[in-house]
Amino acid sequence: MAQQATAGRRYLRAFVSGFFVAVPVTVTVLDRFAYVARVEGASMQPSLNPDGGSDCDVVLLNRWSVRNYQVQRGDIVSVITLGYKNRYVRVPDGHFWIEGDHHGHSLDSNSFGPVSVGLLHGRASHIIWPPHRWQQIKPSLPANRGPLDTQEEEG
Amino acid sequence: MFRRVLGKTLGFVGYTIQYGCIAHCAFEYVGEVVVCSGPSMEPTIVNHDVVFSERMSRNLFKIKKGDIIIAKSPFDPNMNICKRVIGLEGDKVCTSGPSDLFKTHTYVPKGHVWLEGDNLRNSSDSRSYGPIPYALIRGRVCLKLWPPHSVGTLSESPTRRIIKTQSDSD
Repeated sequence: MAQQATAGRRYLRAFVSGFFVAVPVTVTVLDRFAYVARVEGASMQPSLNPDGGSDCDVVLLNRWSVRNYQVQRGDIVSVITLGYKNRYVRVPDGHFWIEGDHHGHSLDSNSFGPVSVGLLHGRASHIIWPPHRWQQIKPSLPANRGPLDTQEEEG
Repeated sequence: MFRRVLGKTLGFVGYTIQYGCIAHCAFEYVGEVVVCSGPSMEPTIVNHDVVFSERMSRNLFKIKKGDIIIAKSPFDPNMNICKRVIGLEGDKVCTSGPSDLFKTHTYVPKGHVWLEGDNLRNSSDSRSYGPIPYALIRGRVCLKLWPPHSVGTLSESPTRRIIKTQSDSD
């Protein structure tokens, strides 16, 4: 009887100490390094979810590569969500302009305007499911959607 | 001998990783200590004050009008700003100054908040750059930790810019 009690207590202690290791480590990895997300919807066709319907792409959201807010034009990014009418817009300092690849089927900066860089959450760096679509996502701008004029920062 | 050193090193690295992750979770989900600088929140918070800002209210969407919050600057994500919430989404806020003859108002859009510093004369806030997205808020300042003579909770807004509505009376 006493032996069962000590075994039970030892098990409980092992469980509690394992829990206090596993949960913080998992949460830190998901917050700082990367996590995995399923892409739903058609707003990024043809780059993501090209067949629509049954098989959704699963992408790796790379959070480590955006820790200094370094992104370039053409990257696919995820932003923390939020709520544009002018034809030409100058993107203010510290903001960026995001669009889904599938025009007309995308809720993006065309509806809610430029997005503050502080809302940047992660960069979709790889497609990891389905296996025949394993690839690294490279930055690429659609042909007619480059910036109309760029002003490089004066040093 | 070599195996013992290797074992100890691995154990040390393991403990460092574990405590580092616990520290990350504490700073991200519980709260953090912040040193404030600048005159925009005088007299409530002055230059070099140390405050404690908690994260739970922001994650549970419990930020209320009149709270002092720390947020990422909308123009430079590496800088933080400390201001008071004057209006939440849907609230009416006054956009004209206290000395203007004709008062103008606007409604805060969905998903945004309107911030103003307590030192209205020396604060760049939503009166110049407009409402900021709720997701830029990092935490709510709940306690002042330094200087010792003003330790404790922070006072209500000294400016009378918060427009109270029917639903605020509870």
